[in-house]
Amino acid sequence: MATNGIGSSVKRKEDLRFITGSGRYTDDIQLPHQAYACFVRSPHAHATIGSIDRSAAEAMPGVLGVFTGEDVAADGLGGLICGWMVKSKDGSPMKAGPHPILAHGKVRYVGDHVAVVVAETLQQARDAAEAVIVDYGVLPAAVDVAKTHDSGIEIHTDIPNNLVYDWEIGDKAATDAAFANAKHVTRVELINNRLVPNAMEPRAALGHYDAGMDAYTLYTTSQNPHVARLVISAFVGIAPEHKLTVIAPDVGGGFGSKIFIYAEECVCLWASKKVRRPVKWTADRTEAFLSDAHGRDHVSVAEMAMDENGQFLALRVNTKANMGAYLSTFSSCIPTYLYATLLAGQYKTPAIYCDVQAYYTNTAPVDAYRGAGRPEATYLLETLVEECAKDMQLDPAEIRRRNFIPKDAFPYQTPVALQYDTGDYEPCLDKALELADYAGFPERRRQSEAKGKLRGIGFSAYIEACGIAPSAVIGSLGAGVGLWESAKVRFSHTGKVQVLTGTHSHGQGHETTFAQLVASKLGVAYEDVDVIHGDTSKTTVGMGTYGSRSLAVGGEALVKACDKVIAKGKKIAAHLLEASEQDIVFQDGNFSVAGTDRSKSIGEIVFAALVPHNYPPGLEPGMEETAYYDPANFTYPSGVYICELEVDPDSGVVEIQKFTAVDDFGNVINPMIVEGQVHGGLAQGIGQALLENAVYDESGQLISASYMDYTMPRADDLPSFVVHTTAGTACTHNSLGVKGCGEAGAIGSPPAVMNAVADAIGTRISMPATPEKVWRALQKTQLAQAAE
Amino acid sequence: MTSVTMTVNGKAVTRDIEPRMLLSTFLREELGLTGTHVGCDTSQCGCCVVHVDGDSVKSCTALAVQFDGASVTTIEGLGQNGTLHPMQEAFRENHGLQCGFCTTGMIMSSVDLVKKAKEQGITIDEHYVREGLEGNICRCTGYHNIVKAVIAGAQAM
Repeated sequence: MATNGIGSSVKRKEDLRFITGSGRYTDDIQLPHQAYACFVRSPHAHATIGSIDRSAAEAMPGVLGVFTGEDVAADGLGGLICGWMVKSKDGSPMKAGPHPILAHGKVRYVGDHVAVVVAETLQQARDAAEAVIVDYGVLPAAVDVAKTHDSGIEIHTDIPNNLVYDWEIGDKAATDAAFANAKHVTRVELINNRLVPNAMEPRAALGHYDAGMDAYTLYTTSQNPHVARLVISAFVGIAPEHKLTVIAPDVGGGFGSKIFIYAEECVCLWASKKVRRPVKWTADRTEAFLSDAHGRDHVSVAEMAMDENGQFLALRVNTKANMGAYLSTFSSCIPTYLYATLLAGQYKTPAIYCDVQAYYTNTAPVDAYRGAGRPEATYLLETLVEECAKDMQLDPAEIRRRNFIPKDAFPYQTPVALQYDTGDYEPCLDKALELADYAGFPERRRQSEAKGKLRGIGFSAYIEACGIAPSAVIGSLGAGVGLWESAKVRFSHTGKVQVLTGTHSHGQGHETTFAQLVASKLGVAYEDVDVIHGDTSKTTVGMGTYGSRSLAVGGEALVKACDKVIAKGKKIAAHLLEASEQDIVFQDGNFSVAGTDRSKSIGEIVFAALVPHNYPPGLEPGMEETAYYDPANFTYPSGVYICELEVDPDSGVVEIQKFTAVDDFGNVINPMIVEGQVHGGLAQGIGQALLENAVYDESGQLISASYMDYTMPRADDLPSFVVHTTAGTACTHNSLGVKGCGEAGAIGSPPAVMNAVADAIGTRISMPATPEKVWRALQKTQLAQAAE
Repeated sequence: MTSVTMTVNGKAVTRDIEPRMLLSTFLREELGLTGTHVGCDTSQCGCCVVHVDGDSVKSCTALAVQFDGASVTTIEGLGQNGTLHPMQEAFRENHGLQCGFCTTGMIMSSVDLVKKAKEQGITIDEHYVREGLEGNICRCTGYHNIVKAVIAGAQAM
């Protein structure tokens, strides 16, 4: 194996610019004569907009323009869209209220965009924004997803009960029948707490209208600039697609929150034409809290029917999902096709039924956040399974083992639409038990008790559907786009390679992994491969990065482009070597005549293609190949996580002692990067379980809108992790055998932590398990015991 | 407008600025030193950490005029003569970064943390590093590799 090849932990190409402060994020870009935008945001969760008096603001120093929803409407712009049509049980389409880029007539959450001020300097824009007077007619707000249905509050006109859709999946009759005959039923009620993604780089946008070229450029913090180009041109209607370039330069983390098309980036682009200046906006952190799409926020009831041996017979789930005030770009598919389809987990439960009611509330829009539906499914299922084990007096590892889909059952058709191509769950469980030293837990618990501490251990066996997504499948389920990926491999005269991908890297290290991949496939030097992404004027089309899709879909497109290079190279080699094309073999960067020592290096072949003095007649010169890849199925990474923690009963403080993660990601290109992805996911999942919570008060004010109020995981909140990636089972339907690794940590870890907390304190509490909540639960238990 | 003079990365600079201009804005907008990032505006995340007269300072909540006459080092000035500082090298070697946004502040804080520990004879172990970096938030790495990087960087410093 080459030292930089597939399977090698190559240090990242992108790091030099980041460690020296030479990265180029959106806010770092300065265009000549750039102006600054500041948004006037609603202080109310729900209100009508009467008059907007902008005269004082317009008269302030440096102000170039003040624009409102009336101006947007006057220019005939469309609104933001939700690109996935979900249908209700009765076949009716979901109810999507209008989502204008500046509010028109009404505001629907605190932070809703009411007006924008554009000025010479940021301070002038901020000062003038304070002088815009908006006449609000405050309305009662619906905030709690469990109460919005009967609140009597109408958030969008003609959408009764604020119900977006009432959707179902699975066989209800078969599930109900299994429950009727079950020996035992275990039931849990769960809240999946609302989170704010909190990429460290706040969202930013810099719009530029070039009057001379009648062309638009938008620099923006996006995970998928091509989809932004599509939505802004086809739906918002600011610029025709061929006259719009969207550039997502270095992006400082996304975690889903930068997939979506947001009002601010549209407004900056639109306003640039109005003031004939480039217009920049960068969110401050509180704006990010208020207006970035949030994640999770489910209220669920789940029941498992079992036989006398703890075999799962059927699973029945009802979930209420909070969509916020508007449907964000992919929001509708998160609590449906990315959630309920994962409820089989790693288990051969024969009957599953789930129905989901999605509601509008007067809160920020909710959409995909790292894992997107799959963490919600895993938290629900793995909490329920742990409670099943308790009820049946079975070891939590044993009940899982008893119900795992056996290795020989793959491909396995679940009762909730998905077909798992491959998997082998017991080895991951065994490895996790070994690494966590499960056998030694009782002794460690005794040692904790001797110190006056409560020790607990918790399990989670997760599955996820990644490599999003097979277009035909998602098309049949209501998706508005195809989710293939494109790749281009192009050579220059000197044999250097540029790789263009439609995926986007915002921390994942594609510049390294993709270079390893192409260098390995084409036998060129790793140093000679440069990966280009994030610019719609360079990569023609693409679908971006989310759903752990970049390698499994984008990487496979790259393989196909490399295959085309090799196929063309064989024609050229056959000509130069005076042999039949069928006799040319390609290996390690050399085209050879089989069974001879005659060969040409790929560098010589590329040179011949670009200086075609001696060249196959009829063959086009040049060496630049484009490929598209549309996957045949999702990929199904899986793993087992074990959390062991200690609770101080006097303070309620939870301290994780050891976190063990064993993942089957199929084949791995760069183990160092993969492990880093797991670490980050674990921190986010542990953050959800112990620390993070987005809290709205009853009037719809976000009372956790800064890092003083929203508890981000910090270095001293977390342990070092025990991470083990098994060779496991390679994906069967892509040539790389890869599955994706970006979301696993965030999907698998919350139930492991919460199961461990429940094990330690003897009662189940909701996330996040803050010291106060843990302490109160312990007091309650002790009071109950004292009363007995 | 107020005149402010300071030494930034070894060079004297003077600018007329609004008195309310933050040090982070001064570095980024006036001097083009965009390696100093702003992540939270409330001194919580540490993306904006620079060194002022040898101490780490969160530049997003300090006024530039406070530092008239001071010597400021940013991430761009950390390496000497075109070579990386050992802490920069350690972050790369240990995959202590992903998106890179918190990285510059994280490295600046780490350098100061290690320097202070060495001055005070404190052992630089995992516990010390985790406690010491409590003022820097990273959303990507889960800190696992940052801790490794800082311990490795400390050994090389």
